[in-house]
Amino acid sequence: MTDLTKNSLNENVNLIRQKKIKSEELTLAFVENIKKGKKLNSFITECNDAAIASAKNFDKKPNFDGLLPGIPIAVKDLFCTNAVKTTAASKMLENFVPTYESTVTGNLWSEGAFLLGKLNCDEYAMGSSNETSFFGNVINPIKENTVPGGSSGGSASALAADLTPATIGTDTGGSIRQPASFTGTVGLKPTYGLCSRWGIVAFASSLDQAGPMTKTVSDCALMLEAMVGFDPKDSTSINKKKENYSKNLSQNIKGLKIGIPKEYRVDGMPKEIDDLWEKGKKFLKEEGAEIIDISLPHTEYALPTYYIVAPAEASSNLARYDGVKYGYRSSKGANLIEMYEHTRSEAFGDEVKRRILIGTYVLSSGYYDAYYLKAQKVRQLIKNDFDSAFNNVDAILTPSTPSATFKIGEKKDDPISMYLNDIFTVPTNLAGIPAMSVPAGYDKNNLPLGLQLIGKPLGEQTLLNIAYVIESKSNLKQNISKWWEK
Amino acid sequence: MSKDNSKYLVEGRTGKWEVVIGLEVHAQVSSNSKLFSGSSTKFGAEPNTQVSLVDSAFPGMLPVINEFCVQQAIKTGLGLNAKINSYSVFDRKNYFYADLPQGYQISQYKNPIVGEGEVNLDLLSGSKKVGIERLHLEQDAGKSIHDLDPSNTFVDLNRSGVALMEIVSKPELSSPEEVNAYVKKLRSIMRYLGTCDGNMQEGSLRADVNVSVRKEGEKSLGTRCEIKNVNSIKFMQMAIDYEAKRQVDLLESGESINQETRLFDIKKNETRSMRSKEDAHDYRYFPDPDLLPLNLEKGLIEKIKKELPELPDQKKVRFIKDYSLSPYEANVLVSEKEVAAYFEEVIISADKKLATNWIIGDLFASLNEKNISISESPIKAKQMANLINSISSGLISGRAAKEVFEIMKETGGDPVKIIDEKGLKQKSDPKELETIIDKILADNKEKVDQYKSGKDKLFGFFVGQVMKISEGTANPQLVNDILKKKLK
Repeated sequence: MTDLTKNSLNENVNLIRQKKIKSEELTLAFVENIKKGKKLNSFITECNDAAIASAKNFDKKPNFDGLLPGIPIAVKDLFCTNAVKTTAASKMLENFVPTYESTVTGNLWSEGAFLLGKLNCDEYAMGSSNETSFFGNVINPIKENTVPGGSSGGSASALAADLTPATIGTDTGGSIRQPASFTGTVGLKPTYGLCSRWGIVAFASSLDQAGPMTKTVSDCALMLEAMVGFDPKDSTSINKKKENYSKNLSQNIKGLKIGIPKEYRVDGMPKEIDDLWEKGKKFLKEEGAEIIDISLPHTEYALPTYYIVAPAEASSNLARYDGVKYGYRSSKGANLIEMYEHTRSEAFGDEVKRRILIGTYVLSSGYYDAYYLKAQKVRQLIKNDFDSAFNNVDAILTPSTPSATFKIGEKKDDPISMYLNDIFTVPTNLAGIPAMSVPAGYDKNNLPLGLQLIGKPLGEQTLLNIAYVIESKSNLKQNISKWWEK
Repeated sequence: MSKDNSKYLVEGRTGKWEVVIGLEVHAQVSSNSKLFSGSSTKFGAEPNTQVSLVDSAFPGMLPVINEFCVQQAIKTGLGLNAKINSYSVFDRKNYFYADLPQGYQISQYKNPIVGEGEVNLDLLSGSKKVGIERLHLEQDAGKSIHDLDPSNTFVDLNRSGVALMEIVSKPELSSPEEVNAYVKKLRSIMRYLGTCDGNMQEGSLRADVNVSVRKEGEKSLGTRCEIKNVNSIKFMQMAIDYEAKRQVDLLESGESINQETRLFDIKKNETRSMRSKEDAHDYRYFPDPDLLPLNLEKGLIEKIKKELPELPDQKKVRFIKDYSLSPYEANVLVSEKEVAAYFEEVIISADKKLATNWIIGDLFASLNEKNISISESPIKAKQMANLINSISSGLISGRAAKEVFEIMKETGGDPVKIIDEKGLKQKSDPKELETIIDKILADNKEKVDQYKSGKDKLFGFFVGQVMKISEGTANPQLVNDILKKKLK
């Protein structure tokens, strides 16, 4: 019998639709893998029994109307799930059980999917290697002792290791695309406002955006279609008609203009990444796209801008975790202020504290203009760069990351080097535009590398189509040995 | 302290000092639901029963602006003759407190919804315009309750997220009297507009009072102190009196004023330092990324402007012009929308002058005595008009009317019925009165002679006799006329 967990999401959806398999059979196969995959530490909460019960329920009265009939899906533990613990990978929310369901997960469930488990991530999504989680670091199934990227590291790891047929993450500065690149999977950060942020534990509100993480580009189109939608509960949600990404998925990119920004060629970038980029250009040219050199002059300021804006918003967003209403409360402290101090000292990890401190600093009176206000101005310039580039091109092609995955612990104590991981991904969050990472090759150690496609606002379909070409032309065979099962 | 020529000055050892006062009034927006959530705003509910996930800041919860509250703010701005900003921004004001679940208050900082305006005050010394600096929308915090337990504080989040309008005046008030007039005027305008019920007991209206002093005639401003969260006009006045004196004493003994936040202690009638400028919070304001800037729909301001009711100032002008009232009378009658409406209902059928006197006099006295508002008055406008008409038509005397009124204010009864039942109808038949008078004159021949020989004072005796026999129902004017004729 074929291993259902190796199938793409679309294949499994079709098998269920054609009544060739039952939801229970599919769910049991994933549950089996989850049980064998504990070494990866990609799950914070397993919902095995509940998922099997949901599958049985589906099979009893199958409804094929939705996009994801009878599909079990594990999600990043940043999405609030009704009656299921939601931790944001923090001690602060170690035992927090929401009484509500995030809009995005709710959308998946109304398309016929159900919850398989909650996936590990960096604490409050702050990190690029999934080493800041209170529940321990996640391992990249690609290779022992390597990081899966972050912050959606658990999602990428579980997906690549066949522990979930597809998943969703959140991307504030690259948290979907960088782990996708590190694990040889597909990840898309939609246009800001396309997916509702309601019910997602907030990191940096003006940058946070949920998105799909999948094995294939067509899976990505399907998941995106299932997730998106206007939500009146989110004031930044875009009110527009839903697009049919799956149906409109096509490899016809003839005549599309693809920009190649010179600023994304950085010092010390491995030659394989440069080669991969060239290969990508060649693929697209072969399919009739036009390659155009462009300039995004403010790119070098994106990372410092990001590390002012994101911590500033985070310092305020995380103020609610004070031990008063829910979550962790220290038993120490003689008064309210001391209770705050102990609670937040004990329950936040180092990276979270670092960002709260940075954010508090840049918003302080006397520093606000020099940091936060200036960063907002630079952010506008970065956005303008993209706007003027998109006068001439339909999409932009860059590497997803400046390197492949790295060893666990290698960059943990060097925040600057860690932050540099996001150098290619943060500009799009600052500009609010869509971007995705698609696997395109390997480095010299046979570690996966991704190419990033950046699109116009609401240009997701164009990105998916171009990625579809790259996926088909690079024709990679994911070959993971499942060393963790031994 | 002296109040020469209506100017409020603090008499110090070194001379006279002026007081400069600016007010930040926090007015709760009249709305069914909170500023960013659908929770109810009803006052007096059981603690923590009107709290949504948004109000209690659960992870992933997002604010959504209540458009009705925005309209209420615009309405109020228009009522204050202020500039409405079609672009405004919600900011986060960050600080930690147990009754502030988000760890920040959503407020408006650099770009408020309402800009400069002005309010007209009617003072005993004349009228005065006071500038409004701005009006912005913000969330209220919850309530910390410290006195239910010796070692714990309880938090009630019912108020958390309720919409407030902060109305900031320019530092143009110069006496407790002006503060009284200013707050009353603001309240009156907002009640006319229906944007704030102005109920100070329920905390719907409270103010931070900024006070500084300077030598009489000086132009520059002194260092100010802010007295936080004062919730009655009387306390505002007491606090200003105390604070001005305190500052003058300090300055005259060669010390300087620390810019600080102070609290008013009602029991001791004094202000006390709460925190100095150095200890002031750094609120780290920044635009709330969960909310887009507020861009008012084109035409919204015009639409609201068209729907504005007649406001107290306009009504006053009309009352003076149409009803020939004195400015004082007009002021009193327009200060509350309900009073003005009552008055106008009464004068549909009744005499204006009598109506004014009866409402401002007897009716107000009876309402004050019972501590009720005019809408709760047992005497409805129709009955009031009937009573006044009974006087105008000569059906009863003014004296009898007072008696009827006393009954009406307890029972709310129909004056005509009361007059009937009590037999208070005036005897206005000259023949009937002549019979009575003839008898009295015949029975008191001696006094008639004395009167005729110059003892004028005896006229009162005859009137009294008539009233006594008629049990007060004789029409006094007629009695006078007949008596004068007969005693010639």
